[in-house]
Amino acid sequence: MNAVISVIGKDRVGIIARLSNICADNNVNINDITQKVLHETFTMIMWVSMDEKSEKDFVSLAREIEEAGKEMGLVIHVMHEDVFDAMHRV
Amino acid sequence: MLNHGDIIETIKMIDEEHLDVRTITMGISLFDSVDRDVKTFCDRIYEKITRLAGNLVETGEDIARTFGVPIINKRVSVTPIALVTPGYSEDDMVEVAKTLERAAITCGINFVGGFSALVHKAATQSDLNLIRSLPRALKETSRVCSSINVATTKAGINLDAVKLMGEIIRECAEATAEADSIGCAKLVVFANVPEDNPFMAGAFHGVGEGECVINVGVSGPGVVSSAIAKHPDADITEIADIVKKTAFKITRMGQMVANEACRRLNVPYGIVDLSLAPTPAVGDSVAHILEEMGLERCGTHGTTACLALLNDAVKKGGTMASSHVGGLSGAFIPVSEDAGMIRAASEGVLTLDKLEAMTAVCSVGLDMIAIPGDTPASTISAIIADEISIGVINNKTTAVRVIPAIGKDVGDTVMFGGLLGEAPIMPVHRESSEKFIGRGGRIPAPIHSLRN
Repeated sequence: MNAVISVIGKDRVGIIARLSNICADNNVNINDITQKVLHETFTMIMWVSMDEKSEKDFVSLAREIEEAGKEMGLVIHVMHEDVFDAMHRV
Repeated sequence: MLNHGDIIETIKMIDEEHLDVRTITMGISLFDSVDRDVKTFCDRIYEKITRLAGNLVETGEDIARTFGVPIINKRVSVTPIALVTPGYSEDDMVEVAKTLERAAITCGINFVGGFSALVHKAATQSDLNLIRSLPRALKETSRVCSSINVATTKAGINLDAVKLMGEIIRECAEATAEADSIGCAKLVVFANVPEDNPFMAGAFHGVGEGECVINVGVSGPGVVSSAIAKHPDADITEIADIVKKTAFKITRMGQMVANEACRRLNVPYGIVDLSLAPTPAVGDSVAHILEEMGLERCGTHGTTACLALLNDAVKKGGTMASSHVGGLSGAFIPVSEDAGMIRAASEGVLTLDKLEAMTAVCSVGLDMIAIPGDTPASTISAIIADEISIGVINNKTTAVRVIPAIGKDVGDTVMFGGLLGEAPIMPVHRESSEKFIGRGGRIPAPIHSLRN
């Protein structure tokens, strides 16, 4: 399955490094990253794909990423790609 | 590839505009549990409900976590109890209600619907015993919801049942007087009741339904309100389009959650209910949508027109987004559960008479309205008769859920807390309707019921 990780918060060193490490540790592949810093506000949207195992552990993986976000003072959402497809594609 | 802006829009809807799936409701048939012996029946329904709905809450929470979409309520509806309790006494009916309560607690669900009777033409002895047991059943349980259908367009209006329900609503209020008469918040009187409604207090599993089914109710008044706010100078046709598009997005999400819940629970999909259900939270109000359209306050002149547009546009957008639409499907206007309605009612702008007009163009009816504690039963019956007539004549569902707040009068407020909110006591007409209600009998079905 594919998931979307969205990140908003104050810019700092190592955001992408930290998140991509968590992805790698969980065998989650990064397909695409869109990232911008505007007036010190960091925004990023990351498309990732998961194998069967990481998909099974999706809930704990999402929690791990969101916890890392809290530690770095960021708001992170990890959501199944289907929710965006459902809402924005006919 | 998805658009960056679309993703941010969805996240904003959930984070800031209270977009959620209001309820996943599992309908469960109890026909196979029927027995002359009340204890055997209770054992069977407890076993069946806890077996089928045992994982409902956990599954709902897992889906919410995976998709990042809040699912507020996980609930169960059952076959109308009066249809499966042959010859049961009032005491037996109370036992059944308590069993439903126990099953709800075991499953971790906050409401179970279906302590119901369908008496639109006439009542059986079981129907009458269930109705008469309501004051005790609703006092001694907190999670059991009841609905009584007193009229249909096909059958007309059972005025005897309307009279009885006015009396029963008063008795329920008195039985739970120490808790702001909350018993009445769990009891709704219907015309043309739908058989697949996932929303409480009116949910039950209809007689034409299968063994077990999943129905989903979406929500999102805050999302619609924000979408309109972004176009302050749009003409009313554009507003209708904006509501349609927003309703489409909301419903697609509900449909996706419904499909996923059915897959995980291995239960057939029933319907998505396209209702805009408000909550008392700030920014989650249907009244605010109407005010965003250009009314200074909900309840003023123009309210019915704005609500008619909203209700129709929600249906148009939602229908295309879902494979099966059902339940109530329309904007809800429960006074106590909507911050904007509470304010408008407190200020005296929104009156009972205006609410009655509004129910002619939306679902569902006079909902969660607190009235003075000394309102006579016959006046409550007459309020029901008026509201039910709107449904019968217009081929639509209408309902009444009023709360005579014992010991309180206009100027006071009742507090229910949680999703049920708070309600200012609204004035009712003091002139008597007793003679009309006392006549009894049936109001004949309207001429347009003869369609064959």
